[in-house]
Amino acid sequence: MQPENSAEDWPDQIYGLLKDHGIRQVALVPDAGHSRLIKRCLADNDIKVVTLTTEEEGIGMLFGAWLGGEKGVLLMQSSGVGNCINMLSVAIAHRTPLPMIVTMRGDYGEFNPFQVPMGNATQTVLEAMGTLVKRADTPEDIAPTVNATLRMAYNSYRPTATLIGQRVIGAKTFGK
Amino acid sequence: MAQMNTKIETGATGKLLRRTVVAALLEDRAGMLCIAGLGAPAWDITAAGDCPENLPLWGGMGGAAMMGLGLALAQPERKVLVITGDGEMLMGIGSLATIAVQHPKNLSIVVLDNEHYGETGMQETHTHHGVDLAAMAKGAGIGDCRLVKTPAEVLALRSAIHAGAGPIFAQVKIDEQTLPLVLPPREASILQARMREAIMGKAAHLQ
Repeated sequence: MQPENSAEDWPDQIYGLLKDHGIRQVALVPDAGHSRLIKRCLADNDIKVVTLTTEEEGIGMLFGAWLGGEKGVLLMQSSGVGNCINMLSVAIAHRTPLPMIVTMRGDYGEFNPFQVPMGNATQTVLEAMGTLVKRADTPEDIAPTVNATLRMAYNSYRPTATLIGQRVIGAKTFGK
Repeated sequence: MAQMNTKIETGATGKLLRRTVVAALLEDRAGMLCIAGLGAPAWDITAAGDCPENLPLWGGMGGAAMMGLGLALAQPERKVLVITGDGEMLMGIGSLATIAVQHPKNLSIVVLDNEHYGETGMQETHTHHGVDLAAMAKGAGIGDCRLVKTPAEVLALRSAIHAGAGPIFAQVKIDEQTLPLVLPPREASILQARMREAIMGKAAHLQ
């Protein structure tokens, strides 16, 4: 049964928050959980969408964006967090905002064993590198949590992250 | 072109001297923003004259070119020059593909290629064994890719960078001699804040 409220619209709600916060650069390595949000951003001429070869490129890019006075956000899957760890030192040392929106794999009912180690470690390693991490495990929690993540990044000049739980997105089953 | 004060020189090996290359590229820069990769390139841009438009990096190895992309996209009317080393560029080599797809006209990437990791004991990098960075940039889709070995080629590169006909990628073969350190400020919050203020004025601190 489909929910009657707008809970399923959370990608559109995130898009609305990106607009409210004046986000102009969206750096990403695609994840299925972000596909609807990515489509909304691609359709917006005021947002520069940059697909990366690896997630850590986004850390450097958003630092450059801030140098030039533009706000940005990094979209990725939890496995991509592992590709970012040392580069997070750039935002810490320079004291610059770095909001990240992470869709979780290896988190809740995962099918693929390769996703589990990084999924299980995502919050720990981000926090070990000085990132403020908040989780959203229901559709209703996502927009307020992303809002807080954007606000804390731009109010306190540091890396912040929302982790969107696999319980919301659903586990990929590969037909099993 | 007006007379340049910098004389672009070569060393005993016949290869270009890095600090004369950097000084030439940055002379009469007209507000051009410069990000320098960690290690010797950061000391090189500082030796050319520390200023708010310079962002010398103390870390973030592999990220310099992408920082240049974010800055170039945010400030399309400003020229952005990334100066980095061969080891730093190799670590972020995929970013050349990302940059080529974005096609920022105001971004130039100059790799000072001494074929060694200079800060860690001069171990050889892949470029010492024939890896061709300019060909990799070309393969990524960057239109203007150059291998630079002579003072005349440095002057031509400088003209192209200052003309804003990017994206430009240049692999500049340089003398491997280690030079005295010329250190920039190490407090990185100052480095970012001064560049932001140079671009946006005091309003930068109220964003």
